Amino acid sequence: MWTPEVIAMIGKGIVETIYMTLVSTALGYVLGLPMGVLLCITDKDGLKPNKVIYKIFDIIANVVRSIPFLILLILLIPFTRFLLGQSYGSTATIVPLVAAATPFIARMVESSLKEVDAGVVEAAKSMGAGTFTIITKVLLVEGKTSLITGVTIAIGTILGYSAMAGAVGGGGLGDIAVRYGYYRYQTDIMFTTVILLILLVQIFQTIGMFIANRTDKRR
Amino acid sequence: MSEIELLHINKTFETKEGHVQALNDVSLSIETGDIYGIIGMSGAGKSTLVRCMNYLEIPSEGVVKLQGEELSGLSDRELRKKREKVGMIFQHFNLLMQKNVIDNICFPLLIQGVSKKDAEKRAVKLLEKVGMPDKAKAFPSQLSGGQKQRVAIARALASEPKILLCDEATSALDPQTTSSILELLKNINRELGITIVVITHQMSVVRQICNKVAIMKEGQIVEAGSTLDIFNHPKSEVARELLRTDVDAQAEKQVIQEVNDITGGSKLRIIYSENSAFEPVIANMILKFNEPVNILKAATKNVAGVAKGEMILEFQRTSDKKDEMKAYLKERNIEIEELDGREEV
Repeated sequence: MWTPEVIAMIGKGIVETIYMTLVSTALGYVLGLPMGVLLCITDKDGLKPNKVIYKIFDIIANVVRSIPFLILLILLIPFTRFLLGQSYGSTATIVPLVAAATPFIARMVESSLKEVDAGVVEAAKSMGAGTFTIITKVLLVEGKTSLITGVTIAIGTILGYSAMAGAVGGGGLGDIAVRYGYYRYQTDIMFTTVILLILLVQIFQTIGMFIANRTDKRR
Repeated sequence: MSEIELLHINKTFETKEGHVQALNDVSLSIETGDIYGIIGMSGAGKSTLVRCMNYLEIPSEGVVKLQGEELSGLSDRELRKKREKVGMIFQHFNLLMQKNVIDNICFPLLIQGVSKKDAEKRAVKLLEKVGMPDKAKAFPSQLSGGQKQRVAIARALASEPKILLCDEATSALDPQTTSSILELLKNINRELGITIVVITHQMSVVRQICNKVAIMKEGQIVEAGSTLDIFNHPKSEVARELLRTDVDAQAEKQVIQEVNDITGGSKLRIIYSENSAFEPVIANMILKFNEPVNILKAATKNVAGVAKGEMILEFQRTSDKKDEMKAYLKERNIEIEELDGREEV
């Protein structure tokens, strides 16, 4: 069964999974980081409290996060088709992945930034720093370690979601596991893909924690 | 002109339990070059008060003027510009933990748009000034509390402020480190002419560096004036209470207790300041009245740079010239205070 075709297919699966995960995480942060910052600063103890803005993003984050990913995947098919012209394959899967990852990332960014010592923020204010300076030079800098840990968690979660996308022809290792393991009862291929997924999560986790610890100057 | 002027400041906070009045009609004037102490128990409103001085807290009512300029009239941008000239240090130092010492000191300069090169040049000088030239590349987590506060002071001085606000700056430090930080603040005041506001709950801090002091209780200033006056004649109960908790006063109390145990005659505490220290008052008194007095204790204390002497005299048990002698001392501007056997000082 380990024909060159199967090996090539699994190899392609690995590449697709990594591609979907990393691109979705990156795009998730492009949207989720500003959203998280906004949630953090507009909250009632934030730099610029604003009930309306906070509530709007709070609700968006909660609604999207409470929709099961598989349902979101299906719900977004028309949107994905509108955006990319097709709704299957790994590139198309990135659309629902980003949609699911953004509020999740925003929440993690929000909590990382809220961990930053309020005293340091106050010190920056006392020096005449404005809101934007405090965000870029204090919150994001002091919250660095927690933010990097957040990226690691996000990658793991998105990788899991990407495997789920296999159920609707999303490409990647999950797709292979579903097609061979579930539809064809080829459990050996399914196990192989599962082990590969576990390995990928492990690798990303280890790298992420290494970077987080390496860049943390608090100890 | 006053460096800092507060007029009828009120501040209320809305909390779940209703509103709390943190400041109640506080007026205060701090002159250029002062080291002004604001002392009170925790919850007295002193931290809120100092934050009103740079508008980190905006008063609910009242006027704050820095160098004659009213803060309420400033735009956001003008206020930030103004804050650059008001340094602030904190109890927990509030350094950027992810940045090394030199970057921390450069931070306020970078906010102001100074180039990195110029900022670093200035930071190196400041680090020398606070006595830590070899710690430029260290991270705050590698420093002791006293060293962190020195870095915080250097950072506060980076933008060449006219005013330095110290919010319980020594409260997290041990007594020895506290003294060295206070010494540093005193030098800064002297050499750079920076007006310093010191928030503290420790009378010993006020005694060591402040020339003026305001005592706060429940959001109000109960007593304000020169440190010397308040130490010599505290009028309010809070002031007396705070003086009692002064570490030195503690030690003194113990000595007096011991003295009480061995004698029993009528005792008098006298306090003299520098001008009367030149005349041999006690010796002259003894010669004049031809009656010996016993000196049970004598000490001098340094109160805000002024030597203040203190003695405890014991009259002879059979003395009939006691009242005349007291009058004699009073004439010579010496403060006197009767001590009965068990009274706490």
